[in-house]
Amino acid sequence: MTPGSAVSVRVLKPVFSSRLPRPPPARYGGRHTVTLIPGDGIEPELANHVRELSVDFEVVNVDSTMASEDDINNAIMAIRRNGVALKGNIETNHNLPPSYKSRNNLLRTTLDLYANVMHCQSLPGVRTRHRNIDIMIIRENTEGEYSSLEHENVPGVVECLKIITRTKSLRIADYAFRTAREKGRRQVTAVHKANIMKLGDGLFLECCKEVASGYPEINFDSMIVDNTTMQLVSRPQQFDVMVMPNLYGNVVSNVCAGLVGGPGLVPGANYGEDYAVFETGTRNTGKSIANRNTANPTAMLLASCLLLDHLKLHAYASMIRRAILTTVTETRLHTADLGGQGSTSEVVQSIMNAVQSTGPRTLSI
Amino acid sequence: MASHSAVLSMSKIISPFWGGRLGNTVKVFGTTLTSRRNKTFHAGENIPPPAKYGGRHTVTLIPGDGIGPELLTHVREVFRFSCVPVDFEVVHVNSAVETEDDINNAITAIRRNGVALKGNIETKHTMPPSVKSRNNLLRTSLDLFANVMHCQSLPGVQTRHKNIDIMIIRENTEGEYSSLEHESVSGVVESLKIITRSSSLRIADYAFRLAREKGRRRVTAVHKANIMKLGDGLFLQCCREVASGYPDITFDSMIVDNTTMQLVSKPQQFDVMVMPNLYGNVVSNVCAGLVGGPGLVPGANYGRDYAVFETATRNTGKSIADRNIANPTAMLLASCMMLDHLKLNGYASVIRNAVLTTMNETR
Repeated sequence: MTPGSAVSVRVLKPVFSSRLPRPPPARYGGRHTVTLIPGDGIEPELANHVRELSVDFEVVNVDSTMASEDDINNAIMAIRRNGVALKGNIETNHNLPPSYKSRNNLLRTTLDLYANVMHCQSLPGVRTRHRNIDIMIIRENTEGEYSSLEHENVPGVVECLKIITRTKSLRIADYAFRTAREKGRRQVTAVHKANIMKLGDGLFLECCKEVASGYPEINFDSMIVDNTTMQLVSRPQQFDVMVMPNLYGNVVSNVCAGLVGGPGLVPGANYGEDYAVFETGTRNTGKSIANRNTANPTAMLLASCLLLDHLKLHAYASMIRRAILTTVTETRLHTADLGGQGSTSEVVQSIMNAVQSTGPRTLSI
Repeated sequence: MASHSAVLSMSKIISPFWGGRLGNTVKVFGTTLTSRRNKTFHAGENIPPPAKYGGRHTVTLIPGDGIGPELLTHVREVFRFSCVPVDFEVVHVNSAVETEDDINNAITAIRRNGVALKGNIETKHTMPPSVKSRNNLLRTSLDLFANVMHCQSLPGVQTRHKNIDIMIIRENTEGEYSSLEHESVSGVVESLKIITRSSSLRIADYAFRLAREKGRRRVTAVHKANIMKLGDGLFLQCCREVASGYPDITFDSMIVDNTTMQLVSKPQQFDVMVMPNLYGNVVSNVCAGLVGGPGLVPGANYGRDYAVFETATRNTGKSIADRNIANPTAMLLASCMMLDHLKLNGYASVIRNAVLTTMNETR
């Protein structure tokens, strides 16, 4: 990271290129600017903890109770400007009228963040029923069941549309195989329900097979979603990389998060052509534990490490990641969701101590 | 014998209406009898006119593919050995042909007998999309609207979670399984997920009635109404309406992703769960995995007039077929459920106890 190089050239590449083109970094005097969307529930407090890094945050608050879309449009504009964002989950109130779209969904579709990547790994210090889990879940993020296209032609009969398109399926399959190749993974499993939804999931499966033929060194197989979930709870070690449409991705990623220790541990990343947004893997608002200093900050802090990796600040990312792992393995310092007694601030303090003891450049605590 | 007195009492009830011999008239006027039952929401007690001849029931048997045939053979062996008064009418369904004659024959047989025991019929991906899933066709034609799966931890089976006792009630005929898909623009497929008020009310009512009968305290509705506001929103609303009529039972709801995560960390918190079709598929497979796998859990599909019993997770098990390694427990427990449905409770408990004793001797 050289302070003087504030100018970078953005090369425009075709859609299926080997690397995602990076947005022009919002770097001023060597410090990056990243959009921060606190969201609701536990996220605002965690975001505060993340601020102590060498990144400037542009905070955009999104109020989930208002019906107008101004807030989220401002947030989207800020993300377009900065290229990268860290966000908490914005609550979708069931009581609001159906014309009010989910804010998180709006953000994802407007910025075309088509790939949601979640890496579930068993952490050494966390006691779980299963060991040695290392699953990468790549989930299509913009279509499928989340199109928000519903109508009630006849009163009492609702039709929801689930859209599967060839272009998006090819795109997500290509992303999955490219990521698998980059990370040296051996197997990609497509999760589907093509025995029932023959055209829809059949198309998805076909696209995956097409892309798989271009990656002969990677094994490709497919599994029906019900069998997948059953295998996940009995023998999760058999899975390597999984690619799937939106709804199955939601369910499977939550199952995997539960297997490695819960929603407080797993970070998630949403990648698009031009933008990247980082958040907790399971997108919980956690309203019941907000403001009580009991939330687990690990997921959000690991998400910020993913953000730092994306900004090529690898040294910082590994420093913080190492500190987090050190803290987690001292089993005394777990938060309530992992069965420990620690509070959020205690855990964060311990992480900052670990960072200070290993790294040279920190602000005084 | 109990069955004789049952037949006698049945004929006393039915003969004033028909004035003829029990067996034949019931077979002919079976449909008319059921249409006289205008009360729409009936569960459990709604036994179709029993196909009983000389005290022996007739049940349709559909072997299916994969491990189905061998497991059902074992069921028949056990029944013969225990002198259970049930005769099986076997109907084969060939999943490799495109015509629907086979499955229509099976459906007619089930309408005749009222009760069936089936293995899973394979749905090949390679066949054209116009070939509908045979299992799905069976469920929708017979209007088997409720799929009930009772997941219980068995003492002799080692699992990571203990003391699980969850009853899953899944809507069986609509939702994502409507098989309504079209490709208006090439490369863009639209699948329709249908949720109707009447089906949702019906399944919610079934769930609450069953919970009350079995003395359960809580019903949880599983949904994704934050995304599918109209669809799952309607389902949730119907559940709430029905819940208001059952003040003794607690009702709550949970989003499906949180549900699956809770299931893998703390499954003991769930009691009865009711949900639409696709979530039911996933959740029931997760629960089956938690209590020990697909070889242990039986499933039942109930309609107003018919009942079909099978393994809960509907696996064909082609990779283990004919190798004498499949677990017969699920199918045997399903046949016990069938016997309970036919009111042959004595036989059902004998066979069930035998199965559980064998399971608990972990050898």
